[in-house]
Amino acid sequence: MYEDPSAIALHLTVNGEARDLRAAPWVTLLDLLRETLKLTGSKKGCDHGQCGACTVMIDGRRVNSCLVLAVTRDGAEVVTIEGLAEGGTLHPLQQAFIDHDALQCGYCTPGQICSAVGLLAEGNAHCRDDVRELMSGNLCRCGAYTHIVDAIEMVRLGAVEAAA
Amino acid sequence: MNRFSYVRATSLDEALSALAVPGAAILAGGTNLVDLMKYDVAKPARLVDISRLPLGGITALDDGGLRLGALTPNADTAYDARIQARAPLLASAILAGASAQLRNVATTGGNLLQRTRCAYFYDPCMPCNKREPGSGCPAIGGVNRMHAILGTSEACIAVHPSDMCVALAALDARINVESPGGARVIPIAEFHRLPGDQPQTDSTLGADEIITSVDLPADRFGPHHSYLKLRDRLSYAFALVSVAAGLRLEDGVIVEARIALGGVAHKPWRDREAEALLVGSAPDREAFDHAARAILAPAVGRGGNDYKIELARRAVVRALSQAAAGAPQSQSDKKVR
Repeated sequence: MYEDPSAIALHLTVNGEARDLRAAPWVTLLDLLRETLKLTGSKKGCDHGQCGACTVMIDGRRVNSCLVLAVTRDGAEVVTIEGLAEGGTLHPLQQAFIDHDALQCGYCTPGQICSAVGLLAEGNAHCRDDVRELMSGNLCRCGAYTHIVDAIEMVRLGAVEAAA
Repeated sequence: MNRFSYVRATSLDEALSALAVPGAAILAGGTNLVDLMKYDVAKPARLVDISRLPLGGITALDDGGLRLGALTPNADTAYDARIQARAPLLASAILAGASAQLRNVATTGGNLLQRTRCAYFYDPCMPCNKREPGSGCPAIGGVNRMHAILGTSEACIAVHPSDMCVALAALDARINVESPGGARVIPIAEFHRLPGDQPQTDSTLGADEIITSVDLPADRFGPHHSYLKLRDRLSYAFALVSVAAGLRLEDGVIVEARIALGGVAHKPWRDREAEALLVGSAPDREAFDHAARAILAPAVGRGGNDYKIELARRAVVRALSQAAAGAPQSQSDKKVR
C-alpha cells in the first residue's frame, strides 16, 4: 500500500482499541478514521466544520474531526459512533433516536448522536432551549430537528430523574 | 491543502525559534487555520503546533482581574465559574459564537487571530487585497451585505468575525505576547487594525510573536451588561451586527459606558467620544439613541450593507437598555426583550 513519505507515527485509542498508525501531517482525523481505519460512520458532510456530520469525541469532548489534523492528537482517545453501543445494546441516545424517529435520511445521525453524547457529558443543557442551542453545530437537511431534540430530551430528563 | 512540514513545540522558546522560518504558521486549535488551508487561502510552509504548551487555564490576578491562557478552549472560558461571575459579558459573547464543537477546540489566542469570513477572501479564484495585496476588492461594488460600514478603506471592507473579541474590546482586555526579544502587552484596542492600505495585516502582532495570555481587568459593570447578536439565523451564524454593552450606574446616573460593536468593521468598534456622551445622563432611551447616532454618524453603506447602519443604531439602543435594566440578552432562548 502506498504511504506518503511525509507520514508521521501516531498512537490513538479508537473505540477502546489501541492503534499504532502513520499519517501525513495534512491528513485530518476524519480522513484517518474513514480511509485508514474504515470507520465510515463519521461522515464528511461539508469538510469545513459547518455541518457537524463528522462529530466525534476526543478525550471526552465533542469536536469536528474534519478540522483536526490527526498528527496533532497523538496519544488521544477517540470515540466514534461505532464505539457507542456496548455489546448488542445500543447507547441510550441511539435507542432514543430510533424511538423518537429522529432521522429521515440518516446522513447527519452519527454526528448528531456523538454531539448529543458530548452535550450530555458537558452538563450545560438545562432545558429544551439549551438543547436546541447547544446542538446548533449539527445540521439536518431533512429537518428532523424537533424529533432530535425530543430524543435528546428523553435521555437528558431520564438522567436527571435517575440522579434525583 | 498544500504540503507543509510539521513541528510539535515542547517549549515556548522552541516554538518561537521554529516560527522564525519563512512561511511558518502557529497551529493551536486549528478550527480557522485548517479550514483556510483547505481552501488554499492559507498555505504555510511549516506548521508549528503549540497545542501542548502549558498556556492554558484561567488564573486570578492580584487586581481582581482574570488571566486567560492563550490555549484555553473558548468553552472552558465561557463555562468557568469565575468568568461567569466576574466577566459575564465575555461568557455571553463566547456562547453567542460558533458551535459547541468549535468552542471545545478554538482557543483564546486563535479567536483573537481568526480571519475574516468575507466570501471573496475565501475564494482564491477572486481578487482580494487581503489575500493578494494589490489585486483589488470585489466586495466593493459586489455582494456586500455582510461587510463593514465603519473604518473601511478603498482597499478592503471586510469585517472581523469574532464575538469574543467584541466583549474583550468592551472590557479593555490586554493581550500578553512574547517574542525572542522579550514580552510586551498590547491593549485590545491596539491589537486589531483597520484595513487602510494594508488589509493583508489583521493585527499588530509581530510575525515573530506568540500570544501567551489575555488579561481581563476587574469587573466594573455588575449586572449592567449585555451581548446582543443579530444574525441570519438564531444560532451558529456570524453577526450581521453585534453589540457588547457595559454600564456603571451610581444613583440612577451613568458614570461609565462601554459600547463595542461587532460585524461592522475590520476590528471590534469602540467610539470613546460617543461613550462619553452617556456619562452624567440617566440611563434612558433618549440618551442611548443620542450615543447610538453618534457611533453611526461616520458609517458608510456600500449598497448591500446599507441596512446595517439602522440595524446597528437600534442594536446599540437595545443592548444599552438591556444593560441598564440588568437583564442581559439570553444566548439560549434568543428572545430579544
